[in-house]
Amino acid sequence: MPETERVSLEDVRRVAELGYLELMPEEESRMRRDLNAILDYVAQLGELDTAAVQPMAQVAELLGTADDVQTEKASVLREDAVRPCLPRESVMTSAPETDGIFFKVPRVIER
Amino acid sequence: MTMTVSAVSITGIRTAIRNGETTARETTEGYLNRIREQDSRIHAFLSVDRDYALAQAQRIDKLQSEGETLPPLAGVPVAIKDVLALEGLPATAGSKILEGYRPPYTATAVKKLADAGAVFLGKLNCDEFAMGSSNENSAYGAVHNPHDLDRVPGGSSGGSAAAVAAGMAVATLGTDTGGSIRQPASFCGVVGVLPTYGRVSRYGLIAFASSLDRVGPFAANIRDAATILSVIAGHDPMDATSSPLPVPNYTAELDKGVRGMTLGVPAEYFAEGLDPEVKGAIEGGIERLRTAGAEIRKISLPHTRYAIPAYYVIATAEASSNLARFDGVRYGLRAPQSDTLGTMYRRTRDLGFGAEVKRRILLGTYVLSHGYYDAYYRKAQQVRRLLADDFLRAFKEVDAILTPTAPTPAFRIGEKSDDPVAMYLADIYTVTASLAGICGVSVPCGKSRDGLPIGMQILGRHFDEGTVFRVGRALENVIAD
Repeated sequence: MPETERVSLEDVRRVAELGYLELMPEEESRMRRDLNAILDYVAQLGELDTAAVQPMAQVAELLGTADDVQTEKASVLREDAVRPCLPRESVMTSAPETDGIFFKVPRVIER
Repeated sequence: MTMTVSAVSITGIRTAIRNGETTARETTEGYLNRIREQDSRIHAFLSVDRDYALAQAQRIDKLQSEGETLPPLAGVPVAIKDVLALEGLPATAGSKILEGYRPPYTATAVKKLADAGAVFLGKLNCDEFAMGSSNENSAYGAVHNPHDLDRVPGGSSGGSAAAVAAGMAVATLGTDTGGSIRQPASFCGVVGVLPTYGRVSRYGLIAFASSLDRVGPFAANIRDAATILSVIAGHDPMDATSSPLPVPNYTAELDKGVRGMTLGVPAEYFAEGLDPEVKGAIEGGIERLRTAGAEIRKISLPHTRYAIPAYYVIATAEASSNLARFDGVRYGLRAPQSDTLGTMYRRTRDLGFGAEVKRRILLGTYVLSHGYYDAYYRKAQQVRRLLADDFLRAFKEVDAILTPTAPTPAFRIGEKSDDPVAMYLADIYTVTASLAGICGVSVPCGKSRDGLPIGMQILGRHFDEGTVFRVGRALENVIAD
């Protein structure tokens, strides 16, 4: 039933573009099928009336730790001090392309 | 062919070294040999570093020969899931995009194990970026369940569970985002621990979904698992979400039993979709805990059926953001011969990511995109609160909650790999605790007629791992009877 599908081929291409993914044509149609199957399943969340429910973004707020952020900033935020970090040489060892100081990348401006 | 869990324990190894009955080197060589014999069939390890392991063992033997006190995990052979960094060793996260990468730093949980004298044998296979419930999504090939090589070990920490089950490590570390420690522990017949969110530092863990990811141990028994958690838990300035609460000694009260405890059994976890053999085994275990003195109380966690859809919206949204860092610039794979930066990003990510990772990035990007954010992401976060509130309410009247860990025993390799929704449902009983941030453990609770392990999940309040371990230990006692 293509006319009731939540995700069209065009949607798949759009989110692939947003997520910097390059999909082969056969991947595009498989992803369309899978995303629709998953979102059909997710649609049951609509059965719940959540108008009065605060979204829960993380666990700390459930434990009351989030309130501390407003009231006792000093106790939860670390001091903003300069501390040693990883030596540049050890990080640059992993770089696909580097001059030893910077990461090198292909041309940034496309036209 | 069945390979059984080794009877060796953490204290057994440390004591044997201290008494001069063996050396750390001899113990390590024994495990390295076992890996060589067994792992061609199981494929739990992605890398084994013999020289690294033997050098660590030698340090322990030196301490012993100099008459020094041995650290708590002295000479204990361990291995870690390949999403955790150990300086100088590979860390692939089961992905081609990190092939050849060797992190320049060590994860806090791993460092704590090393400081406690553990010997690292190698890095363990897992689903790519910990995304999967069967370990079939590893870019380096599936792991086979030691109890039946045609079946999956569960996922995503399949290698971590299988290595302990096959006696190739005494304990391992895994990670759990929606069930990735508990479900493979159930499938492989070992103990797997989901610590409370914030109990163990995530520094040095390659992130999947940051509001859900947790690091936890696998072991052959509750005592060893509790020992490992005592070592790796605690506050870490490198992880702002790690809790400053003090870490109790989790082994101190293990044997106090369940008399006087109230244990909740939620109706929603025993409904349609639960394999009858699993149901029978778990109900049998619950009955034995009642006989051991626990009060068993029926409870309801009414929003349970909405956990999987809420989880797959939240986890994929967070994943689409976390996985943006894999761009071919700073580490890992870079697609060759791209003439612009944009092309390089797209081609690198196309070459480097497998199908399930792409599927989740696409889904996560979709649910966060303009016009869909409120309908999916915000909605899922609201349902997350309802699920958490279910647990908070239940824990006012019970000390812990008993459920099956997974709806079935280990399924066959290939059985669900073409149907993402069917695969996601393998986590139906585990994602709830992930979303609520509470702690839990999967403990072996009998076997199916085919000899496949069945795990009971024991869930506890935030930061109440001690109670969960106590119930787990009591279950081990009554199951062994």
